[in-house]
Amino acid sequence: MDDDAEIIAEFLVESHENLDQLDRDLVELEQHPGSRELLSSIFRTIHTIKGTSGFLAFGRLEKLTHVGETLLSKLRDGEYVMNDAIAEALLRMVDTVRALLDGIERVGNDKDPAVNVVPVQEAIELLLGNGGQLPGQPVAAAVEAAAQEPVVSETAVDASTTDPDGTPTAAAPVADTGQPDTGQPIAEAPAAEEPVLMPEHGAAPQPEQSAEPTEQWDGVERRSVADSSVRVDVELLDNLVQLVGELVLTRNQILQRTESQSDPELIRASQRLDLVASELQESVMKTRMQPIGQVWSKMPRIVRDLARQLGREVDLSMDGHDTEMDRSVLEAVKDPLTHMVRNSMDHGIETPADRVKAGKARSGKLTLRAFHESGQVVVEIADDGKGIDPERIAAVALERGVITREQLARMDTKAVLNLIFRPGFSTAEKVTNVSGRGVGMDVVRSNIERIGGSVDLTSEVGKGSTFRIRIPLTLAIIPALVVGEGEERYAIPQANLVELVRIEGDDLDRQVEDLAGSPVLRLRGRLLPLVNLAEALGTEPEQRDHLTVVVVQADDVRFGLCVNEVHDTQEIVVKPIGRQLKGLSMYAGATIMGDGRVALILDVPGMAHDQGVDAVEQDLLATSAAGDEDRTALLVLEVADGRRAALPLAAVARLEEFPRDRVERTGGNEVVQYRDGLLPLVRLAPAIGLMDTSDRNEQVSVVVHELADRSVGIVIDRVLDVVETAVVLSDVGRRYGVTGSAVVQEHVTDLVDLEAVVARTGVSA
Amino acid sequence: MTNAAATVTAEQYCTFWVAGHFFGVSVNEVQEVLRHQPMTPVPRANEAVRGLINLRGQIVTAVDLRVRLGLPPRPEGELPMNVIVRSRGEVVSLLVDDIGDVIDTAGLELEPVPSTMPVTVQDVVLGVRPMTDAILLVLDADRAVDIFAVAENTGGNT
Repeated sequence: MDDDAEIIAEFLVESHENLDQLDRDLVELEQHPGSRELLSSIFRTIHTIKGTSGFLAFGRLEKLTHVGETLLSKLRDGEYVMNDAIAEALLRMVDTVRALLDGIERVGNDKDPAVNVVPVQEAIELLLGNGGQLPGQPVAAAVEAAAQEPVVSETAVDASTTDPDGTPTAAAPVADTGQPDTGQPIAEAPAAEEPVLMPEHGAAPQPEQSAEPTEQWDGVERRSVADSSVRVDVELLDNLVQLVGELVLTRNQILQRTESQSDPELIRASQRLDLVASELQESVMKTRMQPIGQVWSKMPRIVRDLARQLGREVDLSMDGHDTEMDRSVLEAVKDPLTHMVRNSMDHGIETPADRVKAGKARSGKLTLRAFHESGQVVVEIADDGKGIDPERIAAVALERGVITREQLARMDTKAVLNLIFRPGFSTAEKVTNVSGRGVGMDVVRSNIERIGGSVDLTSEVGKGSTFRIRIPLTLAIIPALVVGEGEERYAIPQANLVELVRIEGDDLDRQVEDLAGSPVLRLRGRLLPLVNLAEALGTEPEQRDHLTVVVVQADDVRFGLCVNEVHDTQEIVVKPIGRQLKGLSMYAGATIMGDGRVALILDVPGMAHDQGVDAVEQDLLATSAAGDEDRTALLVLEVADGRRAALPLAAVARLEEFPRDRVERTGGNEVVQYRDGLLPLVRLAPAIGLMDTSDRNEQVSVVVHELADRSVGIVIDRVLDVVETAVVLSDVGRRYGVTGSAVVQEHVTDLVDLEAVVARTGVSA
Repeated sequence: MTNAAATVTAEQYCTFWVAGHFFGVSVNEVQEVLRHQPMTPVPRANEAVRGLINLRGQIVTAVDLRVRLGLPPRPEGELPMNVIVRSRGEVVSLLVDDIGDVIDTAGLELEPVPSTMPVTVQDVVLGVRPMTDAILLVLDADRAVDIFAVAENTGGNT
């Protein structure tokens, strides 16, 4: 019963809206009786009400609208011409429909005795039985009635005479043959008696001619919105999407089965199913699409209020209002977008006085742009404000403990800028109630990433900043790469995918190295941390003679996921997983594969976090200077608080880290227990004449160097990188323990004289 | 809570056996009963989570009651059955050894769990209903499916 009530309420709302429009249309129709556009529109409205009332068992309403519809269809098809009697009848019908609807609203049915539908119905039926004229009334009267409306007939005359051949005499015979009720004398009578008035009749049988001029005075499709759209419950749409998801899965299953079949009919049918399901999926997804303009429409107001509040002058321009995306996506980006606009106004655009001082226009420009790009939606928020100074960001990040100095040293400018998305970061010098509460950009980013999007920042000091958000069109169905590990398959969302790399044979040894206990892949001059999927899943990885690496990216972390097998990419329907698994950050959900089995969807950011993959955006190796000959692999280290030193990689056996308290002393030497023996340690910094700062870290980083009969541990501050470069040695800086210096990665780097350094332990060992 | 006499609401139970114990869940909480279903294991999950089942397009977590209740593991080769229950808006499968009848316990009182039962069992049992030939352990489905996501510390410090 509740459901019924809800449907009826919707029906009433919709019908009242339509009836209001109908009133306007009918009045307008009286003035432009030839307009097919108006007639069709009216016809559709009545038809809709009739249809719904039939469905809801409102018998009286249905009957009434039915006769009205019949009359309208005759008008629309040009069988009848609009006249006073018809207009009167139609308006009365609309009034009665309205009264019935009111009755329904009051008592829940259309049996309200106060409303009498019979007279209207009879009047319309009379008209229908008489070719659109009132019976009994002499034809002359009808004609007279028409004549009383000079405007109507004149327009009609005008309408038909705009046609060069539309002379009255030419129109007359057309009227005769065009009238379906030609057997009725009434229709012919006026033609014979009053040929002058014929054009009015002639107008109807020549709808093409009359419709054209009709559109000239109003080319706008006046009811396009109301007519071409239907209200649909969002829940119903969600349900449809769900069902289509099921259908897609079932299709996949069937396609997989039919691959092994030889029945051509079955194959053809399954191909058609494939096609239809794809199109259906696309169409259904489209029904959920909404333009970003819906969110943007609020922006001018927000910007205006903020500008006033902050004492800024801002010109807002928006481009790409009609860029569409799934409503769930739109819903998810609404708040982040608003926040970013606030942020740009608060931190980006300067006060008018400051702008004038900087030689800019008083009012700042804030530009919102939205567009589609390679299957994603891109939204840009650009301001021409003061830009973001990476040095200030770095300073603040250090001060707030967002990153350590070590991490900072490894970052490029872009990475530094992106620090503003880290939790606990806010550069607002004073906390305003607009932004700068330390919540904000990190929340923005996590919100956007949660829906599989990404956010990026470019900025030029003094010129302005641009935030760029990339978001998927839809959430429910995503493309994913399916990989195999053990017995199971796992899906990796395409959005996280960068590339696939396969390494075999000798390359395996050459390109995969062990850096401080964790494997890294040397990929086009970049060091890529590797995570073994099997290990991440808690099983033993298989030993193989090749390595399949899925390079994935999330946030500012890029890493290689070593997998056993790569299957294919396919569209998967993301399904939630139960409460019992919510704590596992490595899964984003699950999906059902073509064979009906469940496969887990890997959550790349979650995995990166679980596996402790740091935000290592390793710089490209600075190797361009010299030719390819004489390249040496170097292990670049940091010693003495930021000084750089390098060892030949060939001399490095392993990299180890020990807790500081494991360093013991024997005699004058530091040692650690290592592999059933003692590893003598030598601190690199004092050995090459620098101040020792290696004790500042909790962990002692040690480069293990193997000699013929023993090993030596060289204590450093930390490892920076592995570089393959042509060394141009300079004598500058040559001293005991240092053979000279070279420029490595644009930094002056001491090249360590290993023999001399090792000798220091040798003395007392 | 242990006022036994007052608790006579649910009287029809869907029954099953787990490691020789006779359990029942109120029929109101049971959606359906299924024979063994193929499962996709979830690495790193709590060991009571045996896997995920595709239940007509819905993904359902399967919780092994033997593990959940701290009972000895199911012998090799024996396939568990699924008792699909609804719990707080979610559908979860309880893996059991064998399915019994639906029984009506009208007139039988819900008695407190004997303190001799293992704590892990007491934890998820609302009470017992002594019947003529067996003792029915009335399972609290909500608590039975309430498990921590991660069994052991996997190294990731969140």
